[in-house]
Amino acid sequence: MTLVFVETDEGGQVQLTSAEAVTFARTNADVLAGLVGSPPEQPPGRSATSGQVAQRPQGSSDEGVTVEAAVIGQLTDAATEQLARLGVETIHHLEHPELEAYSAAAWAQALVDIAPETGTVMASGTPRGMELMAHVAVRTGQRMAANVIAADADGLLRQVLGGSAFERLALGGDLQVLTIAGHACSPEDTTATTPEVIEYELEIAVEDLRTAVVRTEVETTDAADASGLTQARAVVGAGRGVGSENGFGEVLELVNHLGGALGVSRVVTGLGWRPHSEQVGQTGSRISPDVYIACGISGAIQHMAGIEGAKTLIAINTDEESTMVQRADYAIIGDLHEVVGAVNEEIRTRHG
Amino acid sequence: MDILVCIKRVPDISGRITLDDSATDIDDRSLGHTMSAHEECAVELAIQTAADTSGSVTVLTLGPAEAVEQLRAAVAVGAKDGILIETDDLSAFGPEDIASIIGDIVRDRAEQGQTFDLVLLGNDAADTGDFQVGIRLAYDLDYPVLTGISTLHAVEGAGAGDAGAGGPGSGGPGVEARGIGPSGTEIFSLELPAVIAVQEGGVDPRYPSITGRMKAKKARITEYDAPEPGTGNPRIGLELPPETTSSVTILGEGPDAAPALVDILEEIGVIRS
Repeated sequence: MTLVFVETDEGGQVQLTSAEAVTFARTNADVLAGLVGSPPEQPPGRSATSGQVAQRPQGSSDEGVTVEAAVIGQLTDAATEQLARLGVETIHHLEHPELEAYSAAAWAQALVDIAPETGTVMASGTPRGMELMAHVAVRTGQRMAANVIAADADGLLRQVLGGSAFERLALGGDLQVLTIAGHACSPEDTTATTPEVIEYELEIAVEDLRTAVVRTEVETTDAADASGLTQARAVVGAGRGVGSENGFGEVLELVNHLGGALGVSRVVTGLGWRPHSEQVGQTGSRISPDVYIACGISGAIQHMAGIEGAKTLIAINTDEESTMVQRADYAIIGDLHEVVGAVNEEIRTRHG
Repeated sequence: MDILVCIKRVPDISGRITLDDSATDIDDRSLGHTMSAHEECAVELAIQTAADTSGSVTVLTLGPAEAVEQLRAAVAVGAKDGILIETDDLSAFGPEDIASIIGDIVRDRAEQGQTFDLVLLGNDAADTGDFQVGIRLAYDLDYPVLTGISTLHAVEGAGAGDAGAGGPGSGGPGVEARGIGPSGTEIFSLELPAVIAVQEGGVDPRYPSITGRMKAKKARITEYDAPEPGTGNPRIGLELPPETTSSVTILGEGPDAAPALVDILEEIGVIRS
């Protein structure tokens, strides 16, 4: 079986990246099952510790490879319905007072407790997904592959070098632990299932709570900015071409017209013009808007890695030969301040 | 507080890359090299934290002889000394190997009387992007571990205590660390020793001073030969994405092209009216 760690948002909806991971698990179920097998040459790390399960599911279907989901914390009807449409057959609902505050070790052990002995455990390549899968891998004595984009009979393919190359690898081992790169596939509904929801009585080891979140400050805007950026339908990107800290007037007006978000290149945050929470790319956010308008961004691979999920790419740049223009669907060659200013004016004229 | 920062020499890539003849690694002969971005921030956080606690910073890397450049770059901004674990074939090592080698060094240093209270790494390396060496190292050392941390500072009375209660922990020296979580800035309180993987964005790495550069030239770099890889690298080979031919539609030049762009935005349906 393939177990997918599913993240939900504040409103209890399944996160887009988790829906992608479930879809990847379902559409690659047989291939993933075929890759499970030979043990790693040398099981690393320590063995699984303390957490115990009072109840273990019995007799899940032997017909084909099942895709099962693990949800930690609140499980809403909406999430259950979404997972049903995505073809999930079983939902493992892991809830415990000690799991309310995030602690990677404790959450990972809860996943280890319900993980199959043979099969695949995976998550989307989000910060939580990466962290939990690495803990799961160590606790089960397995290897782990981050940012997988494809699987075939020869092994897994994953992004390296910020997405400018792919690494083919074979994990070996009875339990394959991996994360799926954001936007490596699109969520696809299938014949809806009626998932069985299994509840557990978990026991949490005290030592796994050493890394629990002590408190969360929601009043800071950084997380809200980052979350607005990853969920916006329209993102206006701004790069070095903006010229200075005070040069964002036109792009911010365009952001406002589109009800979207501002995303910036690493140069911009490096120069201190905008906060890191707005950075798009390998060391910032990965976005998948309906449209990305890159203004004055040449298109370094580290930035391109963050915008691969954009459905339509529009470039505004003085250099027609720049990577961004060459990779774009549409481009305007010119100074971004002049062009974006004219775009804003056109929108004001048409939409009052 | 004495802090070990693990850094990595990575190729400085800006354009399209090429593979070497064996197609198992990139051809980096024409590329410059640098320290991974997250690690520059880890070095900065280590220097600030050590300064606040009258401690010192040691930097470590596993890599080729040339990786001494990255160690000296860290010394130039404030680290005290460096450790080079030398190998001319870094790609033979998997994340398990790297974690276990670093773990051995930490234990070896402790036996010699140099205890590291905190081990910092980058969240993931810019080239291999494994997202796991810090966590594997923490299990190897039996230390608690955090990832995705953007700022930290030393505190007395650390520890998560009763998780979620928000009260003080068991009271030893520790660190308060912050990272961006899905619903806000998450604050952690850890007793030492601990492993922390740092995410770019919380601090601005400083530039070296002239005296820093002078110091770096003379700094002590302890060299070891890397052991044979144990688990090894699961890599079969590298592949490059297919070369895409541009299919860009140039809408025009300058402000005159604005209406054409607005047409497209209307068609996509993203203009708030």
